[in-house]
Amino acid sequence: MSPQVFELVLLTIVTASMPLMIAALGELVAERAGVLNLGVEGMMIMGAAIGFAAAYLSGSPFIGALAGIAAGMAMAALFGLLTIGLAINQVAAGLALTIFGVGLSGLLGSDFVGLKREGSPHLYVPGLSDLPLIGKLVFGEDGFVYAGFLLVALAALFLGRSRAGLALRAVGDNPHSAHALGLPVRRTRFLAVLFGGACAGLAGAYLSLAYTPFWSPGMTAGRGWIALALVVFASWRPWRVVLGALLFGGATVLQLHAQAASLGLPGQLMSAVPYLATILALMALSAGTRRNAAAPAALGQTFVAPR
Amino acid sequence: MRIDLEPRAGRSLALDIGAPAGALAFAILLGGIVVWLLGKSPAQAFMVYFVQPLMEGWSLQEVAVKACPLVLIAVGLSFCYRANVWNIGAEGQFVIGGLCGGWLGVVTHGGAGQGAIGGWWIVPAMLLLGALGGALYAMLPALLRVWLGVSEILTSLMLVYIAELGLDYLVRGALRDPKGFNFPQSVTFDDAARLPFLAEGERLHAGVALALLAVAAAAFVFARSRFGFEVRLVGEAPRAARFAGFSDARLTIAVFAISGALAGLAGICEVSGQIGQLVPTISPGYGFTAIIVAFLGRLSPFGILLAGLVLALTYIGGEAAQVALKLPNDMTRAFQGILLMCVLMADAAARYKIRLVSGSGA
Amino acid sequence: MDVLNGQTSIPLLSMRGIVKRFGAFTANDHIDLDARSGEAHALIGENGAGKSTLVKMIYGLLQPTEGTIAVAGEEVRLASPREARARGIGMVFQHFSLFDNLTVAENIALVLPPREGMAGLRARIAAVSERYGMPLEPDREVWSLSAGERQRIEIARCLLADPRLIILDEPTSVLTPQESLRLFETLDRLKGEGRALLYISHKLEEVRRLCESATILRLGKKVGGCDPRAESPRSLAALMVGAQIAEIRAPGERAPGPERIVVENVSILSGEIHGVGLDHVSLSARGGEVVGIAGIAGNGQAEFFEILSGERLAGGDAFIRIDGVPCGALDITRRRLAGAAFVPEERNGHAAAPEFSLSENLVLSRHATAGIVRRGLIDYDRARQLAQAVIAAFDVRKAGPDPAARTLSGGNLQKFVIGREILSQPGVLVVNQPTWGVDAAACAAIRQALVDLAARGAAVLLISQDLDELFEICDRIAVMRQGRLSAPLAVRGTTREEIGLLMAGAAPGETPSHAH
Repeated sequence: MSPQVFELVLLTIVTASMPLMIAALGELVAERAGVLNLGVEGMMIMGAAIGFAAAYLSGSPFIGALAGIAAGMAMAALFGLLTIGLAINQVAAGLALTIFGVGLSGLLGSDFVGLKREGSPHLYVPGLSDLPLIGKLVFGEDGFVYAGFLLVALAALFLGRSRAGLALRAVGDNPHSAHALGLPVRRTRFLAVLFGGACAGLAGAYLSLAYTPFWSPGMTAGRGWIALALVVFASWRPWRVVLGALLFGGATVLQLHAQAASLGLPGQLMSAVPYLATILALMALSAGTRRNAAAPAALGQTFVAPR
Repeated sequence: MRIDLEPRAGRSLALDIGAPAGALAFAILLGGIVVWLLGKSPAQAFMVYFVQPLMEGWSLQEVAVKACPLVLIAVGLSFCYRANVWNIGAEGQFVIGGLCGGWLGVVTHGGAGQGAIGGWWIVPAMLLLGALGGALYAMLPALLRVWLGVSEILTSLMLVYIAELGLDYLVRGALRDPKGFNFPQSVTFDDAARLPFLAEGERLHAGVALALLAVAAAAFVFARSRFGFEVRLVGEAPRAARFAGFSDARLTIAVFAISGALAGLAGICEVSGQIGQLVPTISPGYGFTAIIVAFLGRLSPFGILLAGLVLALTYIGGEAAQVALKLPNDMTRAFQGILLMCVLMADAAARYKIRLVSGSGA
Repeated sequence: MDVLNGQTSIPLLSMRGIVKRFGAFTANDHIDLDARSGEAHALIGENGAGKSTLVKMIYGLLQPTEGTIAVAGEEVRLASPREARARGIGMVFQHFSLFDNLTVAENIALVLPPREGMAGLRARIAAVSERYGMPLEPDREVWSLSAGERQRIEIARCLLADPRLIILDEPTSVLTPQESLRLFETLDRLKGEGRALLYISHKLEEVRRLCESATILRLGKKVGGCDPRAESPRSLAALMVGAQIAEIRAPGERAPGPERIVVENVSILSGEIHGVGLDHVSLSARGGEVVGIAGIAGNGQAEFFEILSGERLAGGDAFIRIDGVPCGALDITRRRLAGAAFVPEERNGHAAAPEFSLSENLVLSRHATAGIVRRGLIDYDRARQLAQAVIAAFDVRKAGPDPAARTLSGGNLQKFVIGREILSQPGVLVVNQPTWGVDAAACAAIRQALVDLAARGAAVLLISQDLDELFEICDRIAVMRQGRLSAPLAVRGTTREEIGLLMAGAAPGETPSHAH
């Protein structure tokens, strides 16, 4: 494999892992506040549909990304209303959000099926971007990639160092204690869920704006679910999400290359690799550690203020 | 602005029935708004979706046939969800059930294996294989949860994609009709491998009777049996269930087996009763729609029967609306999503008195 | 940390005509209360009298339906704990409001203004623990700390905000007698600094020791005020309960029966994430006796209960025999068939399913032993009859013929749960904290029922943190500490102080090493 091809493979791995990383990061923050949002897939696909539509109509990928974020947040707000406002079971509401998002995105995106637009612009720094091997990898990515890594760094700082991040972790650890101390449990959770929605929307917009610059119904193809698994895989730590996403992105890209190289393995088996890998990763993680020792203590528990 | 929730003192029958009915009405209202936004007539859409299919005998039968897999799967899911076990991979168990039973239909094609004893055994064996296949496939997430503590939500869902890809692979490979001009489909089954119809010249196949049987059996199990008590107790108060001496692991496996078997049964009923051969896609998302059916039916067997008919109606009406109103097929799925949201909100309204309070607060 | 300019005639806290309603239920009905700087004011009442509702309004967690709250003469509206803290009000919660997976410093930082950095906070934590003699390690995660240490965090967190009024909700319920004494020394200092204390307790001796004035609540109403120093515990109790509580009738001399439960060599590693292990625990009880297991919460009692009940199986060389049947490898159902019955600590969600009816809750623990299940089917008619028998025998008050368990008051649900097990006529009964959060009348009824059961020849194992309860009804008491169980001591000839020392980790006659 020549260095150029090698760099190209690495580039596609980064590209393939980006939507997983961004969506998983958002879900991670929501889960650290104690909210399990199984609607990632639904928020993501709405971000993809709305993001593509907005970018197509405005001609600007930036506006597309913003619209994708807004769509994800709107979906997340709906989820927040159900689970935080009305104390509805988070699992059921998350499933509803996914079913709703998949259907609605198909409806809203139906006019845009088959349309194409240019991919997102990539950074170009004269000299640096032309460096062999790492030039494009470090200095030639599209804006989403840099935004994604910035988000991870900010989230890690926020959760680990800031007082607001401390309050968020407290709410995810024990909402009843947090309430007794006067921390705004429901507001904190709602904001965390909104952040999760924004990230999922951005990840979806990335799919339809940069990854495959067109919209097709159902294009998230389970990536939202894989992002959920990534959060577990990362033991709820932001930087480990990067690692996990790159591993999964790598698996996806390698199976594509293996298909292209026609190794004689059935294509369906190759397509199943990400899903199989998710199951195996969850198994390996559970077998290796104490059960969910890293999970926020109050994950998935609805909170109703006591009297 | 914030929402205050005050638990209601007791449940009332009026709320138990009124809440889902109100949710349905509200969802239809929202759906009407979406239709209106798409530039179509909501009134006309309502007629096409919810009224016309009920006006004619053949379309009523069509509704019942569509409701059959939904009800079968949802009855199974009600065991899981009541026990707080989240099997969301019924779609995959449906596919595997259809595949396993369908395999027998393929290999008995053209009278093979029917010589001396005849073909009477094929359909029962197909049903058995379908149920068994679905149950075994459901064992994967169940055992992973019991042995390793892996979340069954994620594994069961991932297994849906894998099942679909597996079916696709086999229908294009080992199970493809050799004389089928390379179309990705199996041979069509012999009559002996087709579910019989309940009456001559009608559309209702025997699967509909199985669905009714499943509803009645589930109702009895929940009302009278210790197993039904265990399921409810584990979901309601897991620690109390352990105190009662019920094993969480055993129960998880049992409810997964039941729901997998019923989903597999639904799959083979669809393949043998409706399609008559194996094709790459045998389900328009029944396994996921059944989740809505289970919740709309409030996880009670008879509620699920009604809810299954309502959701089947949206499928039939949706197909008609595509033709008559040029409404996209995704309208049906979006409406199903809206309906599930409304059902959950109605559930909250049945459990709490909900008040909007001005001013901020935690 | 100087507070106020000494005594003034204006009370620091003054509540007038406070009413709090939840729907149709009135939790507080026109209550007046004053707390003065440099004094401790006691709030006394039974469970359900409305004490915690009242203090939640002072701490801003709830807002009164009617009435006024004034702080230092100025009428205020306390919309949140943050506002209450800004007015100089602090609270030490009974059920700690701590976060297991955060460090001590993080737990404290949460309620302080964000501008203070962690380094400065560490220094201030050190200063407070120095000043009040409360050792704290800022970087430990809370789950690894004992109840006493957790309470120190609560108090330090409260003190770092330099409050003028400190609310303490049953602060000694998790402490050994010796730890309680040290807490009182700290509280005396706080009073001396001119702070006001609002002290909630049902331990009347403590109230008499600490408080200058008292407000007594009963069923949401103020039934009187007094100077507790001028009252006797008996007169205070009469004010609090409003009726005479029957004394437990001692069963009198009994010849000890045969050994009905034998436990040897039970050891478990701490299995759950934050659980406690057990270390070679052995114990036996004879028919006719009540054996108590004392100890502060979280020293392995919950784990021991699970091992006894069979909800969790002990491995290794552990040996458990119930009425001659080796039970070490049997599940809870088989142990019930061997003649044992169990009452776990938590009523809601462990002993009973809150949303299930009482008859269904009867099925919960007696499905295998009461002949109500035949060929996998439940005879609900019979379950209803048996539930009615429990309700009648134990005077369980309820609304409707067969209501959901959650609609019963704590005391009535506990009577149902205890009655359910006692009417199965067990040879061995294991109960954990049977009177926790239960009103005085129900409490007396439950203790009497346990004594009567033993008098009929059963062996009763009573796990409790309440020394009064243990001394009232036990024949022998063993102490559990850090997963180890002491040899049982006969109640006659043993003092509370001796048991207290064992709870704190010292053999009788020694002083615990860390106490001074």
